[in-house]
Amino acid sequence: MKLLRLTLRQVRYTNKTFWRNPASAFFTFAFPLMFLVIFTSLLPKGDVQIAGLFVKQSTYYVANMAAFSVITACYTNIAMSVTFQRDAGILKRTQGTPLPGSAYLAARVLHAMLMALLLVVITAAFGRLFYNADIPAGGTLLRFAVMLIVGAAAFCSLGLAMTSFVPNAEAAPAVVNASILPLLFLSGIFIPIGDTSPAWIRWVARIFPVRHFALGMSAGFFGTPFEWKDVLVVAAWGVGGLLVGARRFSWEPRR
Amino acid sequence: MKNAIEIRGLRKSYGDVDAVRGVDLTVAAGEVFALLGPNGAGKTTIVEILEGYRKRDAGDASVLGFDPGTAGPDFKARIGIVLQSTGIDPYLTVAETVALYSGYYPHPRPVDEVVELVGLAEKHDERVLRLSGGQQRRLDVAIALAGDPELLFLDEPTTGFDPSARRGAWEIVKSLAALGKTVLLTTHYMDEAQYLADRVAVIAGGKFVAEGSPATLAGRDAEDTWIRFRLPAGAEPPPQVASQQPEAGGYLAVATEDPTGDLHALTGWALDHGYRLEALEVLRPSLEDVYLELTGAPGDDARTEHAASSGRQRRRRR
Repeated sequence: MKLLRLTLRQVRYTNKTFWRNPASAFFTFAFPLMFLVIFTSLLPKGDVQIAGLFVKQSTYYVANMAAFSVITACYTNIAMSVTFQRDAGILKRTQGTPLPGSAYLAARVLHAMLMALLLVVITAAFGRLFYNADIPAGGTLLRFAVMLIVGAAAFCSLGLAMTSFVPNAEAAPAVVNASILPLLFLSGIFIPIGDTSPAWIRWVARIFPVRHFALGMSAGFFGTPFEWKDVLVVAAWGVGGLLVGARRFSWEPRR
Repeated sequence: MKNAIEIRGLRKSYGDVDAVRGVDLTVAAGEVFALLGPNGAGKTTIVEILEGYRKRDAGDASVLGFDPGTAGPDFKARIGIVLQSTGIDPYLTVAETVALYSGYYPHPRPVDEVVELVGLAEKHDERVLRLSGGQQRRLDVAIALAGDPELLFLDEPTTGFDPSARRGAWEIVKSLAALGKTVLLTTHYMDEAQYLADRVAVIAGGKFVAEGSPATLAGRDAEDTWIRFRLPAGAEPPPQVASQQPEAGGYLAVATEDPTGDLHALTGWALDHGYRLEALEVLRPSLEDVYLELTGAPGDDARTEHAASSGRQRRRRR
């Protein structure tokens, strides 16, 4: 109970610093919408074929940008800001107080998941308003919510694990982006991939969690079949991230 | 009252480097204790073991009755830590920062009181981002005080301060000591140790080389005093005093175990010959001299000899 109280209090402070940091707040919130506008304007209008179904290009991008925003808020945001806090000595200082490390990390994860939820709502509302995109409702909404929560938690866990591979704060943007950007392209987040895409790309998409997460999210928007397998793969990556993080996570600046 | 800190045979290595090589230390409750030593001597390693950041390789350690290697939040609730480098979220205000940390402790001090104590009342609602380095360091101290700790660790708290900021920080530490807090301080400033500490240990190469009160450290009180003056042109050195050392610029330095008698003899000699003893001064070995003698190149067998002579050289150059 005390741990919960400490965690929720920590969430409030995390939120305060998040919104006061212009870079983190702006990019986390502006990028998904910006990309949504760019991609829907840039690429040829028409339908995208997903699992034998034709979906409106705009709906396709609303779903994918929703997935992208979760990945940004959870994976990218956590990997970078926790690295910054580690290198600034804030994590080390926190370790010198009675606040349990678990409460600190839980607060970071909880906050990122709340931001992710907010972003998905904004992206879906934006898509509905300007592109008349279909948005999840009814029974699909529940399954969509499961994918969203599992995915957000898993990408937070991977973000925390990633901090242990970032040598210092200066390297954080480069290392974190290098780890996620190629994967976003290879997983069809920005440009659709399908049966005609090169085999290696389809393999990459099958192994890593981004594609599975995007498909699970899309099912809510498109009405395509929802595969529990996708949830399992994403969850497995999340558990993997947790194991790596538990072994390698550092509270002190790495030199 | 019980001792705040007790350590026996403390050891710690990083790879091949023996950072701490068998240290014994007792700090009584309410005492201000300073660890004095050059960079890399092992000060921070010792302090970070006691704070619970590092695991010791060998030896016993007890801090407020806890084993710092395994102690949890109950232990952290009773200590305050000022690390060597500051790390504060830049986007919170001074008061928000102190409030954030107060909330971690069972019996915090009122936020405004802490902010006032470190002299940041005017910056109460200023973001950390906009504080100067010295002000951020004071906020560091405020955070360490937020939980009203019994024991305070200050790792080089005034490094990089301007003289008036240092004075201010010293007054804060003095006032904490007056409240009965125990303070373990590391520093490489002699005057800081001298002004603040009840007791001082000098550490070099991972070992204590001397321990005592600032006034008596390493026989400082028993060491020779020096009388120094400029020998008048053409004058023969006075026959009354032994162990004289001529120095550049026509100075003469006289080591003495009896400053009163020797000074009397010298001034008598000067008056008899009608000399004025220009630039006359009486020098007691400073804590800095003692420190430099003690912390010469570590691992060097001839170190005491070498350091002693370089210490004397320094004195002569004055």
